[in-house]
Amino acid sequence: MTTRTRPQARRDVAIVAFAQTRHVRDSAALSEVEMLMPVLHEVLDQVGLTAGEIGFTCSGSCDYLAGRAFSFTMALDGVGAWPPISESHVETDGAWALYEAWVKLLTGEADTALVYSYGKSSPGRLRDVLTRQLDPYYLAPLWPDSVALAALQAQALIDAGDTDEAALAAVAGRNRTAAVANPYAQEPGDRPQGEYVVRPLRRGDCPPVGDGAAAVVLAAGDTARRLCERPAWIRGMDHRIEAHALGVRDLTDSPSTRLAAERAGAFEAPVDTAELHAPFTSQEVVLRKALGLGDDVAVNPSGGPLAANPVMAAGLIRLGEAAARIHRGASRRALAHATSGPCLQQNLVAVLEGEDR
Amino acid sequence: MPEPLTASLVVEFPFTRSLGPVQSAFLTGLRERTVLGVRTGDGRVLVPPVEYDPVTAQELRDLVEVGTTGTVTTWAWNPSPRPQQPMSTPFAWVLVRLDGADTALLHVLDAPGPEAVRTGMRVRVRWAERRTGAVTDIACFEPAGDGTAAAAARAAAHTGAFTEPVTGITVPARLEYTYAPGRAQSRYLAGLAERRTLGERCPSCRKVYVPPRGACPTCGVATEEQVEVGPRGTVTTYCIVNIKAKGLDIEVPYVYAHIALDGAGLALHGRIGGIPYDQVRMGLRVEPVWTSDGRYPDHYRPTGEPDADYDTYKELL
Repeated sequence: MTTRTRPQARRDVAIVAFAQTRHVRDSAALSEVEMLMPVLHEVLDQVGLTAGEIGFTCSGSCDYLAGRAFSFTMALDGVGAWPPISESHVETDGAWALYEAWVKLLTGEADTALVYSYGKSSPGRLRDVLTRQLDPYYLAPLWPDSVALAALQAQALIDAGDTDEAALAAVAGRNRTAAVANPYAQEPGDRPQGEYVVRPLRRGDCPPVGDGAAAVVLAAGDTARRLCERPAWIRGMDHRIEAHALGVRDLTDSPSTRLAAERAGAFEAPVDTAELHAPFTSQEVVLRKALGLGDDVAVNPSGGPLAANPVMAAGLIRLGEAAARIHRGASRRALAHATSGPCLQQNLVAVLEGEDR
Repeated sequence: MPEPLTASLVVEFPFTRSLGPVQSAFLTGLRERTVLGVRTGDGRVLVPPVEYDPVTAQELRDLVEVGTTGTVTTWAWNPSPRPQQPMSTPFAWVLVRLDGADTALLHVLDAPGPEAVRTGMRVRVRWAERRTGAVTDIACFEPAGDGTAAAAARAAAHTGAFTEPVTGITVPARLEYTYAPGRAQSRYLAGLAERRTLGERCPSCRKVYVPPRGACPTCGVATEEQVEVGPRGTVTTYCIVNIKAKGLDIEVPYVYAHIALDGAGLALHGRIGGIPYDQVRMGLRVEPVWTSDGRYPDHYRPTGEPDADYDTYKELL
């Protein structure tokens, strides 16, 4: 494989605003657009823009979660898409919608972008729903649920000597303790690990199932400086995918995360913060290893997905939380990660920086 | 405000999928109690086999037969099986590297308990009694005893040819949901239960949406103010349906129309009855007809009023 240098970013693009719902187990009273709309208003209010003033809008969601076909078109009602806006949608986590919007801004076709995502897992049975994303020939007929697949990965890590149940419990405790300071978290505060869901993963090793939404605003160059006191500049972003079949992968490592991080420039200077999209405790072990994160890095100061994991929004929230930490001056250089697919199959890494003025 | 409504919703669909040459051979092989893999350019044997090398993308067609015993590479104990999973009693999920293979296959292991399972243990295929050419033709794996060392661990070439090969699979998918329509649609449905049609007004552009979806799609703001519209309305446009839909007991031809209820900012859909199909026209004034147990109007019929003037509904077309 040849090593390519990263293309020189033609424009500086930053995350200038972030908003999210208070994530809950069941938002039964609200439709998706009713859940999402306040977040859209909040994020636009932060920068004083209207939907009509935004150059590009991109969203991420999955109809299977709530069993509602074309739900993203109804969610668009909450944007106010008239006169017709420039818009796109990805059927995956909103982090990938953010990637698309970033590329759009890099091309110069837009100066601002609204990115949002939402997930309402409460109407369905998430563990069963997620089996439908698997290879339909060899995997889906067995209905291997998301916890089962993560548990196979966790056992492989234990066998390899990378972790043990006590260490996993410590990961759970650290994340949920951090979440006490996060008013949006669904499951704040340390709690007993509980019974095995699928051994070796206990209840505490698994994320809560819940409903939620998130949105960010991106802006380029001087527009970003005008809209935000301390923009979170995207210094690099990349996403990489591995083979789908679990049996051909080394589940104890994440080469796709490492490569995405390298191409995003994550290893060019140390980061002080990392928001990792590790829904299971064992996956934080894999990601820390792949990214070479030391104990001096604040990992998931928000509490991470173990405290709130609205599927399809949880990755975008990692980017938003990392950016918000930069906005308020608590971080200078942060890494944000998002994942998709079974056992960290696909991974996105972004490097965000604040500017000292 | 009425209680938010919920209803059970089942989404069920059979996916009919064709198999390529490699998957066809593998699944037909399972039907014949034979496990096939595919050899890559660098000599590795992938089980289950794929059509393209996951590393090099090279086309793979070099089929080989591997053993029906193998070694667990990782496992996870499932104490409470979910309805559609292969076993109804507690079991282990396993990745198994079959003898002669270099990669592992995901399946389930029938074992008495987690203490009987470990990475590295030897297992063998237990075939399903009835086999159709599917990954579930392997009913599960079962412990094989550590004496069954990987003796003939070399994969043997195989043509992949079987009589009556399986060329496609039909995989049913069934997902159960508790559907929740949200606040606006719950209010709308509660109104319909009283045979009232409740629209919602946009606080910004003042348009009245029927049925309401909770947001004004033009302004992107919540519609909270309820407005009773109708019951009478005007046909803004229509079409004549000449093909009978499956399971529908309405005689064709009939008219399906856009109807702007009085006070509504946009038209809704409805069938027009009580008038010959070829006499329906734009501007026709209509009113809803409810059946005794109907939860929404069965159809709309003429009121007998003079037709509405075009200028009164031209913005609603």
